Amino acid sequence: MSAELFSVFYQFADVFAFLILSAAGLAIVFGMMGVINMAHGEFIMCGAYVTVGLVKLGVPLAIAQALAAVTAGLIGVAVEYLVVRRFYKRPLDSLLATWGLSLIVTQSMLLIVGSSITGIGTPEGSFAIGGYTFSTYRLVLFACAVAVLIGLYVTFMKTRFGMMARATMQNAAMARALGARTGRIYAISFGIGAGLAGLCGALYAPTMTLIPTMGATFVVESFVTVVVGGANVLLGTAPAAVFLAIIRMALNASYGQIIGQIGMLFAVILIIRVLPEGISSVLVRRGR
Amino acid sequence: MKSGHLLRTAFLGAAIGTAALGVAQAAEPPLKIGLLEDVSGDLAFMGMPKLHGSQLAVEEINKKGGILGRQIELIHLDPQGDNARYQEFARRLLSRDKVDVLIGGITSASREAIRPIIDRTTTPYFYTNQYEGGVCDASMISMGAVPEQQFSTLIPWMVGKFGKKVYVIAADYNFGQISAEWNRKIMKDLGGEVVGEEFIPLGVSQFAQTIQNIQKAKPDWILTINVGAAQDSFFEQAAAAKLNLPMGSSIKVMLGFEHKRFKPPALNNMHATANWFEEIDTPEASDFKKRWRAKFADELYINDMGYNAYNALYMYKTLVEKAKSIKLDDMRKVIATGEACIDAPEGQVCIDPKSQHTSHRMRLISVGPQHEVKVEKDYGTIKPYWLGEIGCDLTKKNDKDQYTPSHLPKKS
Repeated sequence: MSAELFSVFYQFADVFAFLILSAAGLAIVFGMMGVINMAHGEFIMCGAYVTVGLVKLGVPLAIAQALAAVTAGLIGVAVEYLVVRRFYKRPLDSLLATWGLSLIVTQSMLLIVGSSITGIGTPEGSFAIGGYTFSTYRLVLFACAVAVLIGLYVTFMKTRFGMMARATMQNAAMARALGARTGRIYAISFGIGAGLAGLCGALYAPTMTLIPTMGATFVVESFVTVVVGGANVLLGTAPAAVFLAIIRMALNASYGQIIGQIGMLFAVILIIRVLPEGISSVLVRRGR
Repeated sequence: MKSGHLLRTAFLGAAIGTAALGVAQAAEPPLKIGLLEDVSGDLAFMGMPKLHGSQLAVEEINKKGGILGRQIELIHLDPQGDNARYQEFARRLLSRDKVDVLIGGITSASREAIRPIIDRTTTPYFYTNQYEGGVCDASMISMGAVPEQQFSTLIPWMVGKFGKKVYVIAADYNFGQISAEWNRKIMKDLGGEVVGEEFIPLGVSQFAQTIQNIQKAKPDWILTINVGAAQDSFFEQAAAAKLNLPMGSSIKVMLGFEHKRFKPPALNNMHATANWFEEIDTPEASDFKKRWRAKFADELYINDMGYNAYNALYMYKTLVEKAKSIKLDDMRKVIATGEACIDAPEGQVCIDPKSQHTSHRMRLISVGPQHEVKVEKDYGTIKPYWLGEIGCDLTKKNDKDQYTPSHLPKKS
């Protein structure tokens, strides 16, 4: 019985980690900044490719993953400066610009690196409970997801930068009048979002096939989680991921992957119908 | 002034027109081959060798004087794995480029998307993949292996070696569904048991739940007919969880070269049957591989569909030259004689008159812990007999249906 129970927790942790890690970066860029970043998947792909590239050069996996996240973050800052900066007041145009960027990046990767590269294998071992065996790395992913949530909370609630960032997102003109360097804050926020996307790719790289379009497998889940969560990243994304993970896990286990996917999207439609502002709107109202 | 300009243009146009006509009369225009292969998108890693195989064959054929003395010209479009684009491009190749033959398509979904378009024309169509079988269509010539060549060899072997309980993970579209149906039928004939079947939407990349389901069902082996890069992540995740079950497949190793893309031992204990693996080491195969590598040195793997794509052009050449015509009806008269054969790198292969599918020399391979490939069994040449047995006879009538064990032709 305990094996069954652990299996249920493991499935939940697995789906939860996938949703949080794919959505964390987007929660900042889309949820907070309001930029519809269609290139989110390409930042994830960037993290994965950098990780695998570095590991093949002999860099230890954990360091390669950290470097990959930083690389994606720096590229994010550059992209913000060169492209996204021009579209803060035109969210629909930001969609087109970042979509174009995503197409260019995917095709360039295909031309430069080729259609697929060999993987690096999942690290850590496995363990057995009852009749089941589990991959330890999946629990590492769960721990990383929780760490990312805590990190985001600390960054945006406990630091000076976080306070300025929240002020900038709420009312950029007022924040600027009060002395916040809003341009820089936007750039850094976008960089953090891209870096988190890169981290997602870096963490999942050892478990997946690497192809230039691999980011696409994360994008639907990430947008769904952020939309269900609503504008407040800290109060929205995590509860949304818990909620969606429970639904998906239960349906996956009883009816298979197809129903799990359909059921999750159906739940999303219901939530957006009932709570157009997402889960965080309720929690914020409660808090007041 | 204006009329002078007009006159000059007209004169120039006429001059160019006459010159072009002169060139055209000097040599016959090339035969146009329309090719639809994904070289970007999710299946690019499998589609790239298909383009390369076609290009290699075209180059070789042109060097030796072409087909019936005419050079051949390849017009390749990249549908990027999108079935709507497959339809659009098929229409464009047929109506605007007026190609003499259409070749290509990766998934069964893409083939079924373009087949109705082909069926409205008199252009022959070559499908170059192994697939779930059953298409009885006068316009289509199938170059790949089908269930009676792949599953009828693989499944009895797996049952004999590993046991009677199988768990199936399959991509959720026509290929996966119909292949699973074949598995059910063959397992039933063998007295085996299908202890679980899981159909997975394309694009799903996370398999912790599937791995647990498999462990709960306790099968003796797994039939893996999952498709595409995302679903291939199953192997890495199953290896990380130490699932350690034997696997069998009709598409792994020879198509998606998972043993080259994943770090060992993710593909350990995989078994597959096909008419071609790059590891096959006969003199003809080695010679073919040498020519391929001379042109495409850094190909990750010369896969089965790339190999079949290469053969398709030689088969087309043989049909046209024996028929002395590029018309589908004349080519089908050659097929009806049963003498539409080519000497392929696997040995001689022939088109079966009733179904217009190809006979193949089938081999079963296994993958070891270091991803080394070993040929376990050579089945010799197997004819694509199933469609003929159930009543498909393209020498007698122009059928356009796809049959499965649960959808057989009506007895007339």
